[in-house]
Amino acid sequence: MLTRRDTLAIGLGASAVAMLPAAVLADAVDDAIAAFTGGAEMADAGVTITAPEIAENGNTVPISVDAPGATEITLIATGNPTPNVGKFTFGPGAGASMVATRIRLGRTQDVMAIAKLADGSYASTRVEVKVTIGGCGG
Amino acid sequence: MTEVRPRIRLPRSASAGDSIVVKTLINHDMESGQRRNSAGETIPRQIINRFTCEFGGVMVIDAALEPAISANPYLEFEAVVPASGEFVFTWYDDNGEVYTATEAFEVS
Amino acid sequence: MQHLKPAKSFALTAAALVALTGVAMADPDPTAELVIDGELHLVTRAPSDAITPNLPERYSGWLFRESDTRAMQMDDFENPAMLAAEAGADLWTTADGTAGQSCQDCHGDAEDSMAGVRAGMPHLNADGVLWSMEDYVNNCRTERMGAEAWRWSGDEMTSMTSFISLQSRGMPVSVQIDGDAAPYWEQGRDMYYTRYGQLELSCASCHEESYGLMIRADHLSQGQINGFPTYRLKNAGIVSIHNRFRGCIRDTRAETFAEGSDEFRALELYVASRGTGLSIEGVSVRP
Repeated sequence: MLTRRDTLAIGLGASAVAMLPAAVLADAVDDAIAAFTGGAEMADAGVTITAPEIAENGNTVPISVDAPGATEITLIATGNPTPNVGKFTFGPGAGASMVATRIRLGRTQDVMAIAKLADGSYASTRVEVKVTIGGCGG
Repeated sequence: MTEVRPRIRLPRSASAGDSIVVKTLINHDMESGQRRNSAGETIPRQIINRFTCEFGGVMVIDAALEPAISANPYLEFEAVVPASGEFVFTWYDDNGEVYTATEAFEVS
Repeated sequence: MQHLKPAKSFALTAAALVALTGVAMADPDPTAELVIDGELHLVTRAPSDAITPNLPERYSGWLFRESDTRAMQMDDFENPAMLAAEAGADLWTTADGTAGQSCQDCHGDAEDSMAGVRAGMPHLNADGVLWSMEDYVNNCRTERMGAEAWRWSGDEMTSMTSFISLQSRGMPVSVQIDGDAAPYWEQGRDMYYTRYGQLELSCASCHEESYGLMIRADHLSQGQINGFPTYRLKNAGIVSIHNRFRGCIRDTRAETFAEGSDEFRALELYVASRGTGLSIEGVSVRP
């Protein structure tokens, strides 16, 4: 993980992302998925992401993910140079397999959530979040 | 901000066995390690890389956080409160510091 | 997304600049109600008057934001600006300087002594000179506390102004613009209608003639300052009024005035008066 972060020392800004060859980015996403699932199949039901269709600023995008019965959820920003966002492990004291947070998105992209269920299987979903280019740099 | 100050919000009341919504916020730059200063030098990464919450000694959530989490990290989740007890919240900083907040919670 | 090529923008008039729509934006909502924690109702639309003959009605910038940004301000826990206000509350009671005094030692509880202060800022001091809140804070620090002045947009100052402004939340903007304040107000008004920079934009070009339209992918607001200090998501921190003024003027591609300059104090008074009747929201959330 540290190696990738070191090698991809590129800013989160849209222009920096644009300089990344698409294949490199796709590899990084594939690696992030594989690191979580070990390459297992993922069902496409049972995970729900709630995120704005359009984010006014990519620096602070509210997002929540809910996957009933999940023991772990990982969030992946597929268009960020470093796709991993966070991995959430639910303990016996968790009241639900849900978490809400605020994340950085470098540009318009799909955000992906993968849940590891109690039986060891995986499920995932992805939603597109449009990140607007503001008018006034402030 | 210089001083790190965690904020916690719990519901006012709950019954034994309820699942309650817990919200946490802590002031922290979450410096991604990908920005440059005005001299063109990379600003070293310094983020909260892990957050945990326990209630009554039982793990509720253990989160591994990456630089893509926004500054002043906000986390909301649900915890089961089988009896009155104490929440312990812990944030782990890249610089080795650990910030802890505790909050007693009474069930009815 | 990038409709506006830099080379071309030089030639564009303000009207053309902001008429570039094309991105389907979600939902700024002129009928949205700003209620904090389900309890405190804030006025985000106020009737216009002689101060703003060209505005049919006054709108808080909050109305121009997307629903997620609006929601973040409606809950004091989710509003990240409260981190700064809490830091300000601590500074309020912390002794500093050679006199060993804190704000609290002279002013008592801010809930009482600072209520309404933000609503009347900027304000003439005892010598009849227009001062912003930051000037009053630094005057206390250097003259009474024997402490060093804070930087205008430094963390300590923005924390303190956030905390003080919060004591006026819900009160209507009401600044003195007559008497000895009149020359400042007129100076501010003249600046408001002066075109600055290579883009030759005045404040009015965007915020009076074009609010509600798009500037690139942003909705232009009326440029009201009743929400300041504001937590800007882009900066992940508190932005002061003068810092925002500086950003606006820089965006016209002009040399800007400095934070804490006489020009910006005058402009602050004039712009504040344009929001007369709107609730103080400080501390707000903006993208």
